[in-house]
Amino acid sequence: MKNLKLLLAGTVAALTFAGAAAHAERGTDGDLKILFWQAVSTMNPYLSGGTKEVYASSMVIEPLARYDEKGSLVPMLVTEIPTVENGGVAKDLLSMTWKIKPGVKWSDGTPFTADDVIFTWKYCIAPDGGCAQAAQYEGVKSVEAPDPQTVKITFTEPKPYPYSAFVGAQSPVIQKKQFENCVGAKAPGCTSANFGPIGTGPFVVKEFKPNDVITLTANTNYRDAAKPAFATVTLKGGGDAASAARAVLETGEYDYAWNMQVEPEILAKMVAAGKGKLETAFGTQVERINLNHYNADPSLGAKRSTKEAGPHPSLSDPAVRRALSLAIDRSIIVEAGYGAAGKATCNIVPAPAAVASTKNDNWCLKQDLVAANKLLDDAGWKKGPDGIRAKNGVKLSYLYATSTNSVRQATQELVKDMWSQIGVGAELRNASASVFFGGDPASPDTFQKFYADVEMYTNNFDGTDPEKYLAEWLCDKVPGPANGWQGQNIPRYCNPAYDKLLGELSKTAELDKRAALAKQLNDMLTEEGAHIPLVHRGSVSSHSLKLAGVKMNAWDSELWNVADWSRTK
Amino acid sequence: MFTYTLRRLLFAIPTLLIISFVIFALLDLAPNDPTGDLPLTIPPEVREQIRASLGLDQPFFFRYLYWLQQFFINEPLNILERLTGWQFGDGTRMRVLSWATRSPVVDLIVQRLPQTLWVVGLAYVFGVMIAVPIGVISAYKQYSIFDQIGTFLSMVGYSVPTFFTGVLLVVIFSSWLQWFPSVYDTNLVVNDFSSFLQQIKQMALPVTVLSLFNASQITRFVRASMLDNLHQDYVRTARAKGVKEKSVLLIHVLRNSLIPVVTVIALGVPTIFSGAIITEQIFRVNGLGQLLIIAVQGADIPLVQTLTFIFAVLIVLFNLIADVLYGILDPRIRYD
Repeated sequence: MKNLKLLLAGTVAALTFAGAAAHAERGTDGDLKILFWQAVSTMNPYLSGGTKEVYASSMVIEPLARYDEKGSLVPMLVTEIPTVENGGVAKDLLSMTWKIKPGVKWSDGTPFTADDVIFTWKYCIAPDGGCAQAAQYEGVKSVEAPDPQTVKITFTEPKPYPYSAFVGAQSPVIQKKQFENCVGAKAPGCTSANFGPIGTGPFVVKEFKPNDVITLTANTNYRDAAKPAFATVTLKGGGDAASAARAVLETGEYDYAWNMQVEPEILAKMVAAGKGKLETAFGTQVERINLNHYNADPSLGAKRSTKEAGPHPSLSDPAVRRALSLAIDRSIIVEAGYGAAGKATCNIVPAPAAVASTKNDNWCLKQDLVAANKLLDDAGWKKGPDGIRAKNGVKLSYLYATSTNSVRQATQELVKDMWSQIGVGAELRNASASVFFGGDPASPDTFQKFYADVEMYTNNFDGTDPEKYLAEWLCDKVPGPANGWQGQNIPRYCNPAYDKLLGELSKTAELDKRAALAKQLNDMLTEEGAHIPLVHRGSVSSHSLKLAGVKMNAWDSELWNVADWSRTK
Repeated sequence: MFTYTLRRLLFAIPTLLIISFVIFALLDLAPNDPTGDLPLTIPPEVREQIRASLGLDQPFFFRYLYWLQQFFINEPLNILERLTGWQFGDGTRMRVLSWATRSPVVDLIVQRLPQTLWVVGLAYVFGVMIAVPIGVISAYKQYSIFDQIGTFLSMVGYSVPTFFTGVLLVVIFSSWLQWFPSVYDTNLVVNDFSSFLQQIKQMALPVTVLSLFNASQITRFVRASMLDNLHQDYVRTARAKGVKEKSVLLIHVLRNSLIPVVTVIALGVPTIFSGAIITEQIFRVNGLGQLLIIAVQGADIPLVQTLTFIFAVLIVLFNLIADVLYGILDPRIRYD
């Protein structure tokens, strides 16, 4: 009898559960509490390119298409992804056409049309607007609407990979009606629109307290009547990563916390409390050590790290560059500083899988002190009485710069120790991140100026196509006084063969050929020692065990599928 | 006294102008950049456009004068408009805009002031309320067990930083015991008893941390000042006249001892407004301290400039108040 009762109770429970799943309704799961330890400053990602702003606004405003957690494009506001095969992309690669889904409405109930898409483009390219996402619209000649449901984008030159404008969390569509009078220099003045953009996404801004907390409610005009499951979202900001992790994993006050930059062992202890779990997603972030190809001797004054300074006295030797890489044990660096959020890598383009090379993994992934020492011996670098190698009065002793950050300083110490085992000395230096990455041409401590022999930081690319990223190593992108230190070729690498190969990539449209070329370019950079890739970094976030539907995404906003999130009963 | 106050107020104007210039120059010279926090995927040309849209391409002195105009003319006019409903000019005056949020700085400050006053202000009041009795008893029973314990605790409170005590309290009371929340809910509206209780609960930890810190500082002042007075001749005279010990202590000694303490307390008031940067950050109280630190980290120069300048005004003002109070409390001191 007892068993029967249990069985019945179980069946009833199972039935109600199944029922709940089948008849999911909008707004039945209460409040979703999200914690960002860096507070959100605005809800308009065009006015602030910060990751936190892009992520927060992705719950409200949407692009035409997004990347899913695997990095493939999924249509959001359109019927399908245009390709050459389905005729959406012109054969000459000079234009593409998006078909808007019928019946999509803004949260204020008005229809979403191609006009809004055109307006978004005009908003971002308007002079004096300081649009942070202008790079997404690079190469776009015009955006037109043959009819209200069709958007035609024309490019200035053939675009083999055309998915940039209106694709991904960085370039969402904003409403023309709301932002019409906020174009160009007037953009910052429209505070209420910037804090509460009208969107097509699952949530609507109810109240925005800048740099503090955002309250959102479910969008009653959202295109899927059953979603979102949560009635409201509270996105709190501020504090630090460790206490944010604690609020989810230990005290359970929050459902989701973004960007857990916390020492691996501390995180592991918090997870042991049993209230939440970590989610990791690997995108394209790679922590690397750039090797300066120009002379960075301080005695050269303003000339250092420029072409006039001449090649670096020791780092221009390929044997030295190779030895520096061989001496590093990447797995120890990962273990000490990154835990589950890092993987040893020898690629500057580590993902997506289609373009990730494995060619150099055999020699590069494993530490080989014997080979490194031999390379240096053979090249004539002899150990002096202080244990540092030298040749013709040039010492293998380097100024090693990076930004201030506990993981980076720990990595510096490890690398310094590893290099000392092959007779290479290092002097460690760090500068505050806002200075190091600030790009102030008057500051000697920026990563662009590179007034050091080697420097370490992380960089990545948006989306899944590496062409624009690989173009950063072109000869004409070397930063210097002539371009106000604005180039992106930080290691000052220059190889005409590389430039030529990249030119080929920019003319190739077939995806598998593009992937092969990208791999080749990536391998060239690693083999020639433009830099030493160290760690493929993932993003780690934590969420409560009671939160279902989280699909951690490194290719788009982490909150990309917040409409599908729900609370487990 | 009145002419003295007036003179001091007039002197404050050039002082504050110089302070504002120094702050502006310092911020401008600092190698910070508002685009420094942006992802590296945003190319340099776009960063340059962003900087230009923030007005950073203008010469230094022009930007300073522009800020002066915005802060001293546009903002007061705006406040006046709001209070009276009158309209001055065409209403297109540019207000001081924060670079990170692109919203008026004054609105941000107004939004955050209540939390700072509640949390940090309350902690200050509690601190004073705890400090005075402890200081008095410690001095009166110098070298007693109470004095030893009091001295030890105030040394601990003074020397252990709030970033340690704050996190310690969170670990004990939020993680283990789960009595209090670790995150301050700034959306909480107090409209019934349960929300009031909730508000008390979320204020408990930050207020405790700050009260401890404030109390230990002030206790030391009260104790020292009491000790100075306890050995004065007038105390012996009072005792010789047969005045009750309670009156000697609480009326004669305490009143005289409080004169320097009151000035110390008055000088500490501006620190309430500047918030408790660390404590607000730990508990995520959206006060002025947190606003300032976020602005500093993001190189949001108009916001840092305006906030620090307002703090400078408060410091100058409370220095004056402390001096005037001194004159009122101590009849021996005359400024005229």
